Amino acid sequence: MAVLLLAAESDTQGHDTKKVLTAARAVGEDVDILVSGDDVNNFASLLAELSGVRKVLCAEAPYLKYHLAEPLAALLFSLSGSYDVFIASGNSTGKNVMPRLAGLLGVSQFSDIISVLSPDRFKRSTYAGNVIETVESLEMKKVITVRSSSFLPYGLGNNRQRATIEKIFVPEDPCLSRLISQVDRAGHDLSSASIVVSGGRAFGSEKAFKELLEPLAERFGAAIGASRAAVDAGYISNDCQVGQTGKVVSPELYIAIGISGSVQHLSGMLDSRVIVAINKDSEAPIFRVADYGLVGDLFQVLPELMKVL
Amino acid sequence: MKVVVGVKRVVDHNVRVRIKKDNSGVELINVKMSMNPFDEVGLEEAVRLREKGCVKEIVALSIGESRVKETLRTALALGADRAIFVESHDFLEPLDVAEVFKRVIKSENADCVILGKQAIDSENNQTGQMLSALLGWGQATFVSSVNIENGEVIVSREIDSGIQIIAVRLPAVITADLCLNEPRYVSLPNIMKARKKNIERKTLADLGVFVSSRYKVLKVEEPLVRKPGVFVKSVSELVANLRKSANIFWETK
Repeated sequence: MAVLLLAAESDTQGHDTKKVLTAARAVGEDVDILVSGDDVNNFASLLAELSGVRKVLCAEAPYLKYHLAEPLAALLFSLSGSYDVFIASGNSTGKNVMPRLAGLLGVSQFSDIISVLSPDRFKRSTYAGNVIETVESLEMKKVITVRSSSFLPYGLGNNRQRATIEKIFVPEDPCLSRLISQVDRAGHDLSSASIVVSGGRAFGSEKAFKELLEPLAERFGAAIGASRAAVDAGYISNDCQVGQTGKVVSPELYIAIGISGSVQHLSGMLDSRVIVAINKDSEAPIFRVADYGLVGDLFQVLPELMKVL
Repeated sequence: MKVVVGVKRVVDHNVRVRIKKDNSGVELINVKMSMNPFDEVGLEEAVRLREKGCVKEIVALSIGESRVKETLRTALALGADRAIFVESHDFLEPLDVAEVFKRVIKSENADCVILGKQAIDSENNQTGQMLSALLGWGQATFVSSVNIENGEVIVSREIDSGIQIIAVRLPAVITADLCLNEPRYVSLPNIMKARKKNIERKTLADLGVFVSSRYKVLKVEEPLVRKPGVFVKSVSELVANLRKSANIFWETK
């Protein structure tokens, strides 16, 4: 089966793409990667080095720069004759574009799969991570987004044969939408970060949150998260909230500091690979899901942690 | 401008769901149901746009068994002008739902559709995008602010790296993120008023939609229980464990 993997231009190091590649290779042997933007040469050469890739297709046009859904879905659709499977990371671009492509193709889409059982069978989580569903696709063409944190990077240590890079024809901009501006948030993105450091009510003040949590996150190269209690108390803005009503994250490492671990918070981070909990109360529910628990006062533990790192 | 707002009846977000013994699905009997929170936000935005004078009429649409009329009644109490209930006893995939919306929108001659960005049960995050593809319209997904100016809808979108502001030509499909607004509560007088508003019933056959199964749910199960963890005694023991046994590396600065 021929698989087309849509790489996100923002994934400059290719970390995310390598994980999506693992899922793609489980679905089909022949995997091509599509990169799109206004200048994608460097990114394309980086991806051509990955093992397990047949070709890297480059689509260059000024209006592809910001990955707006309409031109990108039209581009993918123009390639649909050559591929059986379209796959992308379940990041904000993948979620925006892939269902539109599925709509254009008139096929179903599988969102945020967490494992590939066979080329037609996938697992995905629903109900805020409380239910795992096994689905079977009956489609000739498949459109899939991948929860990349559920997959390991592909092909480490394999023989590498450089993939060919090919420039491709780009369809016209449908001109249904246009970019006005884009502001990138300072710091690491919560949904895609590989390490998340989260704080709860126990910080007691916005000041403590800033002075203790921020440097720690910076040291780890981590994104900052928060419990609902911390958001409601005004320690940090609500776009940092992790939980059922906030963001659902599944990083490599999740460090919960001063968070008791309510059900609503847990369902937002339970898929993290390794969970660390730091809390004063040894009975806190967070310790039931933590791989490593440290009972202690965060005001002592965090400065110490900064020294050891 | 005429807006169609989609509202889905889902298991209330405070309910801890249970899985049926035969692993065929989630237990839905005697479980509290309510309007999908993202749809509530979408509806609230439509009402606010009407209060600003950008919108003339709001039509709420829901698909399912007769109980979804309760959800539509709530939508009417929250400010929708009238409602359309599409009766279906089958399981509808997002593409089927998008097809139903498309037919209704065409017959209503609506200018804009507002949906939640995802339903909290199936967590697909697909219907709005599929619908805009079927209609050939532009899409504004995961929006955290909406303004309508000169035949365009100007939105802020929540994207992984930050905020993106785009203008989408009308007619368009908008999907709401949770931070778009804070939905109002239903007031008693409005509940009384909503009783007088009209809910029009249609069937899939009326709309010419045929449910096609494009995938099967083979099994639902509980997520794997995490292996019990360990307590570490000190910060240095914690860091050593992360580096070695958990195999996590971070760039030291």
